[in-house]
Amino acid sequence: MTSIMVSRIRQKQIAQLIGSGKRLDGRELNKYRPVQVETGIIEKAEGSAKVRMGRTEVMVGVKIETGEPFSDRPSEGVLTVNSEFVPLASPEFEAGPPGEESVELARVVDRGVRESKAIDLEKLIIIPGKKALVVFVDVYVLNHDGNLIDASALAALAALMNTKVFKYEVKNGEVIKKPGFTALPMRNHPVAVTFAGISGKLVVDPWLDEEEVMDARLTISFGEDGRICAMQKGGTGTLTPQQVVEAAHIAREKAEELRRLVAKR
Amino acid sequence: MSQTTVLVSEKGIRTDGRKLNELRPIKLEVGILSNADGSAYIEQGKNKILAAVYGPREVHPRHLALPDRAVLQCRYHMAPFSVEERKSPAPSRREVELSKVIREALEPAIFLEKFPRTSIDVFIEVLQADGGTRGAGVTAASLALADAGIPMRDLVAACAAGKAGGHLVLDLNDLEDKEGEADVPVAYMPNFGAVALLQMDGLLTIEEFKQLMDLALEGCKQIYGLQKEALKAKYLAIKEEAEEVEEE
Repeated sequence: MTSIMVSRIRQKQIAQLIGSGKRLDGRELNKYRPVQVETGIIEKAEGSAKVRMGRTEVMVGVKIETGEPFSDRPSEGVLTVNSEFVPLASPEFEAGPPGEESVELARVVDRGVRESKAIDLEKLIIIPGKKALVVFVDVYVLNHDGNLIDASALAALAALMNTKVFKYEVKNGEVIKKPGFTALPMRNHPVAVTFAGISGKLVVDPWLDEEEVMDARLTISFGEDGRICAMQKGGTGTLTPQQVVEAAHIAREKAEELRRLVAKR
Repeated sequence: MSQTTVLVSEKGIRTDGRKLNELRPIKLEVGILSNADGSAYIEQGKNKILAAVYGPREVHPRHLALPDRAVLQCRYHMAPFSVEERKSPAPSRREVELSKVIREALEPAIFLEKFPRTSIDVFIEVLQADGGTRGAGVTAASLALADAGIPMRDLVAACAAGKAGGHLVLDLNDLEDKEGEADVPVAYMPNFGAVALLQMDGLLTIEEFKQLMDLALEGCKQIYGLQKEALKAKYLAIKEEAEEVEEE
């Protein structure tokens, strides 16, 4: 850990550079760090993926179990997204119940998947109102160097696309697993793009040092058809309506770029 | 989800009789809780929400104190009886997230640097929920902050716009929120043209989103007017009371 004085000077430098259209790590304002996607890395999970975005590393595991559908959605399977800031990922993370940041991360990832109708949940119902497949998406942050939302959303998408569902039959109301698997029924491929507002400008994919300087954060998730499926403003600063619309146009392009990284496997 | 619900009639009238760009009736009251340093109450449609502010006061837990400014703490909470099916009083993940985004919406309006080493605590209790509670909560909380005499750059006004029954509509009610296609809650500081809270769920083209944000901002401006009236009303009431005493 650098001393507070050094980091203050660095923060000022980051903000000043962005004000003049440059970034301390040499990236253009609208450029992502190098992104790598790996899938199928946890054999015990029905689906898994790891995304590296610069030095940020996030793993997502998908587990599928049988459970009960929600009473207000009796003909659909269940999706739950959870996130863990494991203490090995950052000196700032502590063990214990999930904090605000972790809950927000999980809910933003969840919103992208749910609102884009990425998973065909109706195909996951076994007995309406009684039994359904439950898709657990667990986001595991392994190394925090900023922009956890985009890395997690991309890892979640890659993991879901990689998820296999066990075959089963129903006998006397009981679900019995059979040998063999089918792919998880997917209908859309949502991708999140996050901006940091620094010195009145928006930069894409902020790394940790930039996040410490940013006053506002904006995440926009896009489905495959170019429609927005989720948004979240964070941070204690504000944005102008014009900035938001501008960001939406940039984000749509960036979402395409990121989606290609997942699709080509 | 019932596919048969008609959210907007052929004449462009909504289930509660409103036009597409019409807010629900809003009632605002300021200074209604005697123990709090500042308080406000809002009714927006069937929403009934209380907001209270305590502080600047000592920070609990103490290690959260900041040497150069106040910390703003915020709790958005729904009463167990506020919704159709009893809600467990323990904070849900939704409430944790909303507490965060509401705090981040109020923070830019407050001169926190005037009160180092203290805490300003905002409590929002949803007594009855009818869609758009986070917006109504922000509207009430910002009035409660003003009522507590905390110096502010501007009031924060909030409301949502969304897509329901294929139409772009202002200030979604519970039914439109649940059965509609998209929801865009916005909080705004009109004096600065600054968006302080922005979320969205559903499916929208960029153009639809832009129109909805503009619609929501118009709603915020109307609510801003009501907020200022409500603040003035409190002091007018005090003035009248004082005058009556003088006459005696």
